Formats: sequence, structure tokens, C-alpha cells
Amino acid sequence: MRIKPRLVDKIVRICLNFQAFFTVGILVVIVAVIFFKGAPHVNLGFIFSSPEDMGRHGGIFSTIIGTLLLVLLSIFLATPLGVGTAIYLTEYTKQSGFTKTIRFGVESLAGIPSILYGLFGFIFFVIKLKMGWSVLSGVLTITIMILPTIIRTSEEAIKAVPRNLRIVSYSLSATRWETVKKVVLPSAIPGILTGIMLSVGRAVSETAAVIFTMGSSLRLPTSLMDSSRTMAVHFYILAREGISMEKAYATALILVVSILLINVIAYYLMNKMISKYS
Amino acid sequence: MTRMKFTKEHLVKYMLTLFALSSLLFLFLIFIFILYEGLPLFHKIGLKNIIFGFKWAPTKGSFGIFPMIVSSFLVTLGALFVGAPMGLSCAIYLSEYSGKKMKMFLKPALELLAGIPSVVYGFLGVIYIVPLIRNHFGGAGFSLLSTSIILGVMILPTIISISFDAITSVPKTYREGSFAMGATKWQTIYKVVIPSAKSGILASFILGMGRAIGETMAVIMVAGNALKIPMSILDPLRTLTSNIALELAYATGDHRQGLFSTGVVLLVIIMVLNYIANFGIKKKVIK
Amino acid sequence: MDIKIRVEKLSVSFGKNKVLKGIDVDVHRHMITGFMGPAGSGKSTLISILNRMIEFEDDVSIEGKVIINGVDIINGDINSVELRRQIGTVFAVPIPLPRSVYENIAYGPKLKGIRDKEEIYAIVKESLKKAFLWDEMKDRLGISALKLSGGQQQRLCLARTLALMPEIILLDEPCSGLDPISTAKIEDALSELKKEYTIILVSNNTKQIARITDYSAFFYLGDLIEYGPTERVFTYPSEKKTEDYISGKFG
Repeated sequence: MRIKPRLVDKIVRICLNFQAFFTVGILVVIVAVIFFKGAPHVNLGFIFSSPEDMGRHGGIFSTIIGTLLLVLLSIFLATPLGVGTAIYLTEYTKQSGFTKTIRFGVESLAGIPSILYGLFGFIFFVIKLKMGWSVLSGVLTITIMILPTIIRTSEEAIKAVPRNLRIVSYSLSATRWETVKKVVLPSAIPGILTGIMLSVGRAVSETAAVIFTMGSSLRLPTSLMDSSRTMAVHFYILAREGISMEKAYATALILVVSILLINVIAYYLMNKMISKYS
Repeated sequence: MTRMKFTKEHLVKYMLTLFALSSLLFLFLIFIFILYEGLPLFHKIGLKNIIFGFKWAPTKGSFGIFPMIVSSFLVTLGALFVGAPMGLSCAIYLSEYSGKKMKMFLKPALELLAGIPSVVYGFLGVIYIVPLIRNHFGGAGFSLLSTSIILGVMILPTIISISFDAITSVPKTYREGSFAMGATKWQTIYKVVIPSAKSGILASFILGMGRAIGETMAVIMVAGNALKIPMSILDPLRTLTSNIALELAYATGDHRQGLFSTGVVLLVIIMVLNYIANFGIKKKVIK
Repeated sequence: MDIKIRVEKLSVSFGKNKVLKGIDVDVHRHMITGFMGPAGSGKSTLISILNRMIEFEDDVSIEGKVIINGVDIINGDINSVELRRQIGTVFAVPIPLPRSVYENIAYGPKLKGIRDKEEIYAIVKESLKKAFLWDEMKDRLGISALKLSGGQQQRLCLARTLALMPEIILLDEPCSGLDPISTAKIEDALSELKKEYTIILVSNNTKQIARITDYSAFFYLGDLIEYGPTERVFTYPSEKKTEDYISGKFG
């Protein structure tokens, strides 16, 4: 017996509706669970005091500092490198074997899983360059890890700037760099910022590459050569060693809230920039 | 004044060239160092013994990673099994069925889903999924099944967003032509839209596979880390990634080299997958 | 010297496609010279040679000479940035920069290194006046240039070019999207400007060419068919093709 196509159509529509809501439902459940189990244990004290007794008591302040150091320094290094590469690929070169090679390099870097970054960072920065488990080792590793994302998103943003604007700038006697600096980049900033926010999110969540380069010291880092722990690493250790379920949920909540904040800031900045430049 | 401008121009171009080359430099460094640490063991113990060896006992001289290679592939397939149908359905829903309001709501939700750290997924998997499987299906709970479920959810955003791009780039005229011939919406999607978007959808699956096979933290928490090839989906397993992550902190000498050798194998697999996705299939999509 | 720009046997090819075939033309100073012809005749290419914007195209081969102020800009050691301060261009579609009216016009002078705010303001005012836009904009210099009408934007582009104080102004079909009133304003501005500048106007609109130019050059598929004083070309064209084009038989 053949089912009427229109009936099939209706059934399919219901199924797909369900799928979509189910997917969103997963997100809702995840956030809800973390919120409800973690919120009771989060307070100002939690945020501003450091872990005690391997994390069974106290807060996560030192890990917050560790995370901030890692993320801010990595972004600081990766952004000029990444945006500069994107500018070079789009404004300074024509499509050639050379640009294809560089793009291949970027795409390959993008595909490398974080554990391999951890392996590389471990053998290169921690061991061979004798930096030991330190904020510096972590920063350098994460910088390389987020570089492809910044290059890709920056390139897209730069390419999206209309060709006309460049023509006008050149015809008014601007040099190539002046055109990039004064016309192309300002218009591309929303897209570039998106890439940066994306990378911030990745750096905050990253664990495998961080734990083998930055280590897992619970002490507040006082120099770049100190080992330190990020929130994600702390959360992992708490969960895996079964140290404290409450603290684990609380840490997870702070992590998820951070990601949420980053996404929100990204949207806000994007919209603000777009309205400013159009 | 103009002379200064032109030295500045040259300097800028020089610096930007260096910046661009840095990506190649980093790739080169990563390859060199992982290979440098990982290849010697292949010479010492033998390629066959490592890749096809069944026993991993590095302190006793056994470096067989075959069970882990198999496990890595199995969890990847499992993740695809869980994530691909759901992901493709969502992508279709987003592009063909949802209104603007829905889209505004769903897109940020997906981005948030993508942003949740893998350790959080692993954690929730341990607390909720693992006991669920243990109580309803048997076994330890730490299993191929639990890993597939968690990884499947984790690769959803990747599959959804790339499939969505592929589906929306199918020209409107294709759909309109199909409707004009009396097809229903689903028939149009099934017979016209999806086949046209085939390459892009396939690319999303392969990229999802790439993510799944490279995932470490979540896998460590829910897979159980047994050193045997899993014979059923309820058996625990250890992947190439978890192998490295579990033992790197305290491994020395040959043991450590063994972990780098694991890394080499993983690197090769990833590069092959990447090549297929980027150059084999994406090229078709861009056209 | 009465001749501002001398073009000698200029040929331009994109790949295998020859777009300009051995052109000779002398552009007189303080005159409006019109380049007319149907699409694909090479007029815009000639413009892009004069302002050297052609260097952004791929696979171009150029033969011949173009002499401006005694220097051959094709073969000579000439700097494009400096050249473009002498030769300004207004394009067919108005392209305002996404910034205020004031900043649009100040863009060129700032590139030249002018820092003094009063000096810049004076240049902006002068340029807007010459482009017949000052009265409309004098109280609204800070608004985004994107909010202007098409005709205003095009006059803005003209003012922007004037702010660099060039000797030559090139206009490539500047009124193509504009209504008759805006077109008239620009044509009036050009008629005034020719007293100080040398102007080349590219247009497919023969009536416009007849209205405001002093000399006319008719291009067809890369060849210069006819060139001479506008009055003469339009009343006694010496080539049949010219006559057909002017009378609208093709184009």
C-alpha cells in the first residue's frame, strides 16, 4: 500500500520539527543541569578565593587568573599574526602556488586535534626549549592552535569588503598599506572580531593542549614561567579524580557562563560595529 | 615625505610576508617534532608490531596499538551514526522549514552548543549517560555506546552548520522547478535538494569524523579505557587520543616515545581525512 | 603648451584581447574633452591607463606612449601615488567611503600629509563649493555620506577628487545612474571647473557630449574613429561611423 505523498510530507514535517526541538532540548538540558546543580555552590567567595585541599574546598580564583592569562596573551599574540596573514593573502598577493601553499598550511593546522597540540607543546616548549610547565608554554601552544581560526575568519571578513572601496582609495592616491589600514580593515573589523571571540571561546574550553603545557599547579601564577591551572583543567581534574562533585558543578557553571558571556559580547560587538560602519 | 612612505610600504610588506610564512613554520615544527619523537620507535620495534600489535604494555616492551586504532574508528563511526541523521535533519529543518523567528533562536543555540567545553560533555556523560546504559543495557556503562552518544552530540554543530550551508546554496530555481512539476515539499527535498547538496553534506560528515576522531577529554571520561578491541557496543575501549592523554604525564623513555608513535598514527589519519574533506569534496562544493 | 596629455600609438591588450589599437589623441588643457562610443570601445580602458589604475588588472600588455607634463607615464619612472594626486577620477557609480561627508573629502588631503585642521576645513569647503554641494551640506558635514542621494553622492565624489587639487579630472560615465536634475548640476559644475582644470568626460550619452564638451573623440571597438572640436564633429562628421553613432543608428 503506497502512502500518499502529502501524508508523507506531513509526517516528515513533524519528525523534523521534533528533531530540531530535541537538539535544542539537549542544550537546554545541559545548561539547566549545570545551572541547578552548580548554582548553589557558586558565590562571591567561590570566585575570589583560591582552591584549598586539592580543590575540595575554597574557590577557583587562581584558575580564573590562569585562564585569563592564557586567553589574553594568546589572543594578543595570535591576532596580529593572524590578521596580518589574512591581509597578506588577500591584499598583497595574487593567487599563486605560494599562496596556495600557505593556505594549505593554514588548513592543515586547523585540522590538527588538540591532543596533538598538547603533544607538540609538551615536547617543544616544555622539554626542548626548557620552558617547563608554564603559562608561557601554554600561551605559545594555544596561540598556534587558534591562529588558523583567526586567519580564516579575518580572510572572509576582508574579502567581504567591496572592491569598489579599494578602487576609490587607490584613485585618491593612497598606497596599498594606507588603503588596508584606512578603508579595508575598518570595514572588516566586525568579522575579525567574530573570529577573535570564537578563538577566545576555544581557548577557555581547551583542556588537552593546556594540561600538558601549562601544567596543573593550584597556586596563583606570579610569573609567566609559573605553572598554572585553567578553569577547564581544574574542572577536568575535579571530575576525573572525583574530588568534589559540588565544586565540579560550580566550576562547570562558571565555565558555561563564561562561554555564554563571550557569545553575547561577540554578538553585541558585531552588531555595534556593523551599524557603525554601514 | 613620500620617500618615507615608500620605505614604510616595503617594511610592511616584508613583515606581512613573514607573518604569513609563520603558519608554514608552525606546521613544519609540529610535524618535525612529533615525527622526530615518534618515528624512532617504529624503527626499533617495527612498524607491523606497533600498528598491528594487540598488546599495549609499554613498560614491558609491547607497543601494539591496533585495538586503539580500531576503537578510534569505531567511536567515529558511532558518533556519525548518532550525529549524522540528527544533524542532517536539523540542517534540513533550519533551511527548508523554519521561519525567521525560529532561525534567530536556533542559530545562537547551536553556537552555544558548539562552545560548551568537551570536558563538560564528558562529565555529564559520566554522571548521566553511563549509569543509564549500565542499568538498562548492562555492562560497565563505560562503552562504545556511551562514547558514540556523547561524540555524536558534540559533532552536531559541525554537521548542522556545514550541511546547512550546502543545502541553502542549492539554487531556488531547482526547488521551484520541482514544485512546478507537482512534487510535495518533502519529495523536492528528497529528490532534488539533497542530491544537489550531496558534496557539502558529505564534507560535513567527514569534518564531523575528523572532530570525533581527534576528541580526547570527553572520550577519556566515558569510554572506560580498556585495552581490548570492543566486541559489542557495551564494551569499554581506549582510543588513540585517550592513550596519549592518559599516560603522557608520567611516561619516560621508550614509553614516552610510544605515545608519540601513537601521535604519529593519529596525525596521519587526520591528515588523510582532512585532505579528503578539503581538497576532494570541498572543491566540488565551492564550484 | 596647449596640450596637456599626449597619447601616442597606444595599444592595450588583456591577454589575447586587443582593447585599444594604436590610439593617437591630444587632450587640450582647460578644455572638456569627451570620449564617446558604444560599450566595449576601449574608453574606460584609456581612462584606467591615464590614472594607472590598470596596474590592478592581470595579464595586461601596453605599447605606446602617454606623455603628461613632459613625462611618459607608461615607460617612464613614474610613481602611481604621485600621479594620482595630479589626476583625479570620478567613477560611474558613486562610491562614498563609509564615513562622514567631511571625512570623505578630507581623505585625500590627509594622505598628502596635511595635518592642520583649519587648512583641511578650508580645502573641504572649497571643494564642496566647486562641486556645487556646499550650500546643501554646509550644516551637515558630519553626517554619513551613505545617507546622501545618488546625485549628492556623485557630487561628493567630485568634491573628493577636487580636494587633492589635481590638474586633470577624469570622469567615467559620471551621470549614468542620475536623474536629469542631478545630471544638470554636475554638468554645470564641470563647465565652471574647466577654467582651472583639464577635464576628460567619458560618456555613452551623445547628447551630453554635445552639450558640454569642447573636443570629442569617437571610439569604436578599440579604434579612434574621429577626433576634433565638438561642434565640427557633431555637425560635419567626417566618418560615416561617427555619423551613424551620433544619429543613434547604433550604440
